[in-house]
Amino acid sequence: MRFSALKKAKDVCCVLCGAAGLGIQTVEDMLARIIVDEGFFVFGSREYMSRVRGGNNSTEIRISDVAVHAPLDRIDILVALSPNVRQNIRERITGDTVILGDRELLNGELEDLGAFFIDIPLSKLAKEAGGKIYSNSIAAGVLLGVLGLGTEGADEFYRRRFAGKDDVIGKNIAACATGHKLGLSISEGEGALPGRRANAGAERMILNGGDAVSLGAMAAGCTFVTAYPMSPATGVLSFFAKNAEKAGAVVEQVEDEISAINMAVGASYAGARPMVTTSGGGFALMGEGLSLAGVMETPVVVHLSQRPGPATGMATRTEQADLDLALFSGHGEFPRAIFAPGAMESAFAITQRAFLTALKYQTPAIVLTDQYFMNAFYNLDPGSLEYLKEPPLPAETPEGYRRYEDSPDGCSPFGVPGWGKGIVGADSHEHDEIGHVYEDFELRKRMQDKRLRKLDGMAAEALPPLFFGPESFEKLVICWGSTIPIVREALSLLERSDTALLAFEQLWPLHGGTGEFLARAPFIVSVEGNSTGQLSRLLRSVFGRGADETVLKYSGLQFSVEEAAERLGAVLSGKGGSR
Amino acid sequence: MDSGIFDLAGIDISWCPGCGDFKILDSIKNALRELELTPHGVVMVSGIGQAAKTPHYMKSHFFNGLHGRALSNATAIKAANRSLNVIAVGGDGDMYGEGGNHFTHTIRRNPDITNLVFNNMVYGLTKGQASPTSPVGFRTSVQVDGVQSRPFNPLAASLVNGATFVARAFAGDGEQTKEIIKRAILHKGYSLVDIFQPCVSFNSVNTYKWFQENTYTVEGHDEEDLRKALELALVEEGPFPLGVLYRREGVPVFEDTLAAFRNDDRPLFRREAPRKAVKELIDSMCC
Repeated sequence: MRFSALKKAKDVCCVLCGAAGLGIQTVEDMLARIIVDEGFFVFGSREYMSRVRGGNNSTEIRISDVAVHAPLDRIDILVALSPNVRQNIRERITGDTVILGDRELLNGELEDLGAFFIDIPLSKLAKEAGGKIYSNSIAAGVLLGVLGLGTEGADEFYRRRFAGKDDVIGKNIAACATGHKLGLSISEGEGALPGRRANAGAERMILNGGDAVSLGAMAAGCTFVTAYPMSPATGVLSFFAKNAEKAGAVVEQVEDEISAINMAVGASYAGARPMVTTSGGGFALMGEGLSLAGVMETPVVVHLSQRPGPATGMATRTEQADLDLALFSGHGEFPRAIFAPGAMESAFAITQRAFLTALKYQTPAIVLTDQYFMNAFYNLDPGSLEYLKEPPLPAETPEGYRRYEDSPDGCSPFGVPGWGKGIVGADSHEHDEIGHVYEDFELRKRMQDKRLRKLDGMAAEALPPLFFGPESFEKLVICWGSTIPIVREALSLLERSDTALLAFEQLWPLHGGTGEFLARAPFIVSVEGNSTGQLSRLLRSVFGRGADETVLKYSGLQFSVEEAAERLGAVLSGKGGSR
Repeated sequence: MDSGIFDLAGIDISWCPGCGDFKILDSIKNALRELELTPHGVVMVSGIGQAAKTPHYMKSHFFNGLHGRALSNATAIKAANRSLNVIAVGGDGDMYGEGGNHFTHTIRRNPDITNLVFNNMVYGLTKGQASPTSPVGFRTSVQVDGVQSRPFNPLAASLVNGATFVARAFAGDGEQTKEIIKRAILHKGYSLVDIFQPCVSFNSVNTYKWFQENTYTVEGHDEEDLRKALELALVEEGPFPLGVLYRREGVPVFEDTLAAFRNDDRPLFRREAPRKAVKELIDSMCC
């Protein structure tokens, strides 16, 4: 009864680790689909090294009876496909972890760790199955057997994934069957999952952060995507490249990020709904272009997917340290909106909102994600995805049209060249209402006021922070973006009746009601994926009240539920220990 | 047709008296008029510099962006609305210095835009420093011992990177410049017209007289012969050839190769959000 302990657990957490190039992602895709087909909820996240081959990467797959949206430290079942398992995985192995690996390949590694080590002769079986590349399918089969699931879903997956390549399909199916047989014998007919309540509800869509942002952009009518490839933001470029015709969008990989943003501003002037996708280093190069969008009053959406800096930092790792950059990028003063979705559903809706805001207020909007969020996924009900009302297309310009006509809300009628009787101008200098450069101190002040007035409307429409917990609270936890679901689950573990959570998915402009929550809180803790507490600092600067304590993570990995709970618990119970 | 259709009334032009830019502005307006284009069908795109002020001095749609970035802006404007005639104007510092990377890659991309470069071999707006095309030995307040770097050769650089229309004009010859600009606009693809232009304030070497004495009009050569064009472009000491050095027809243009226009001719501003396609994609992501 090797897995009897798991039957009592609320969920099962499996981790697969191995060298890049072994096809772990294929296994991840397949298992997620099979698990959802079986009626369970799945959550997955990935961490990987900045290399194409070799190294050691891992994927976590959490299987549960109820919806789960956050990663765990705990590993119930570890499948090791390659030697040299890294410390971040080794330190998560407990006395309850069952480890599956090839004894010969691992050369004794991991054998003294965990509940027990089960030898699966991957190299030998893969050779028999047709080569090393089949070791992932064998491992997938073993895991399916250990979990007590069948292989029908896997067979179907291979048929679809490798359609037209009968030989490859056959070999993968056979490899998976070999592994499955082994898995069944390991679990002694007592797989970890059977007997659990299967849900089989409407949550049949598996969505990751990158696709959620992309689909949201497409739903908002994004027609122009330019980017220079940069981890972890490239997924959005690939999505649009693949779906360019369906989206009706111009998609171009450009020579540098400077060109990306300048193309976006040019396209926007001509009436496209543009988006650039980049990470911190690339966005730093876009600073002048962002400022251009500000003064030209051209709608532009920036998807800024964060990774650790400064400079090149850690290319494939995660961090929430570019809030300050997003807030202050670009010289001069101009209005901008900054969003940071915490869930896949909100990434879909919020990316649309970013477009709506950018288009209505004719100014840049930034969507902040990070490597963790881009690669994280879970299953959801597609019916829960919200479609916002599409903004109107540009109207024809009248004779005597003035692109920068002053108005009470700061927004001028948006016209495009070649549509109507007007002449449409745009200028990076301070300009008159037509758009011509004109040096006049009164004009300057009037135009600057006009642009900044748009912030009033944007603030009135700002998303309020999400509030969870008791109305009367002693302690308030704050967080933003991708850490939101993790902190929520951590707080539910802590079961504190005196603590509430205030979670931000819009960082600029901030909702006016925020200050009241902060003022009511005798004690505030900020949980952030950076080393200086940028959200706390922002709130203090706007509302005069920031965090009393911080729980920060900046190793390059995302918080786990357990780590957030442990460190928050210590701070909330007055035991201090911020970093 | 109204001879002043591209004229803009009541403007205060900030170029120095005698500047070659005036003559080029006339050549542009005359070329557009003779091609029977209208201000509503033309977008003048520029960056920063004296030449980059041109869009403010004529009647047409205009986009005056950042230093060096006009070609990126122009490529995108053309891709967003293929019915527009897009002309990117700027000086040698703007296009070849600050915008050098975009210059190279715009040539490779081959959008159907016209690139006019007012090449006076000196920085005017910032008052007389060397430009990428200043000759070796040219002394300025910054290059106090004279320019050491070799001058950038825009014609040769564009030819080797696959430009489909490469020409050189001299601002002093308005008629010839106008004719070359007309051909550049009519060319389907990226066209470069490098226009020699005297700077009366900061360049006492390359004057009207100097350009007259050091240029000649190339005639009767095979415009589709790349090697011949390169030979003409590689002249270092002068005399420098004026005219269309090279053209290549039939090379696919950037915007026409985009999937966005495969089954949809509408400019981007007329496209509603493809909600049906979004829902289909979402369905395909369901188990």
